[in-house]
Amino acid sequence: MSEQAEISVGDAIKAKLQEALNPISLEVIDDSHKHSGHAHAVMRPGTAKGQGGTHFQVKVVSEAFKGKSRIDRHRTINSLLQKQFDDGVHALVIDAKAPGE
Amino acid sequence: MSAVSDLIKSIVDKNDVVLFMKGTPNFPQCGFSGQLVQILGYMDVNYEHVNCLENDEIRQGIKDFSSWPTIPQLYVKGEFIGGCDITREMFQSGELAQLLASKGIDCKQPTKA
Repeated sequence: MSEQAEISVGDAIKAKLQEALNPISLEVIDDSHKHSGHAHAVMRPGTAKGQGGTHFQVKVVSEAFKGKSRIDRHRTINSLLQKQFDDGVHALVIDAKAPGE
Repeated sequence: MSAVSDLIKSIVDKNDVVLFMKGTPNFPQCGFSGQLVQILGYMDVNYEHVNCLENDEIRQGIKDFSSWPTIPQLYVKGEFIGGCDITREMFQSGELAQLLASKGIDCKQPTKA
């Protein structure tokens, strides 16, 4: 709990993916406001202060995805963000491409 | 294997196409589940659905079953296909129709231009 510091969930996601995937491009979009009426957006335990930080979109282009299946690409990202899921991220739209795709 | 993973396994083995979702096909309670309902409906696929909101054990169990952290999840002939993004991409590219056809499952094939 105590390390739930100033850094936003979106920034944490970005930092994690930037470090692990060395992406050519990386975009992290917080869509939480579009889901603010959802029961699970406010009731899930651990959700950051009941406000935001629950629904994200990531668009990544990285060499790391070359030759990998869609499921493998998603699994790579999901496992990098395990902590964020545990902390209340609830939905992640993933667009993972290798260069040239 | 836990009881809930046995249960999930028996559901995906017994039904050719299974959608684990939030809500029901008539009343999806999540936009991502709703998208998959629309895709399967458009393709005229006969499928079983499991409303994960009605059963907390399945709601967690399905995430552990395929090590996939989110719902919805689509299964064909016992095999995990993907969540919303992957299924939608496969639908748009025509791969989903190919996959279903290759498994002998009736669905509307995309019309060739």
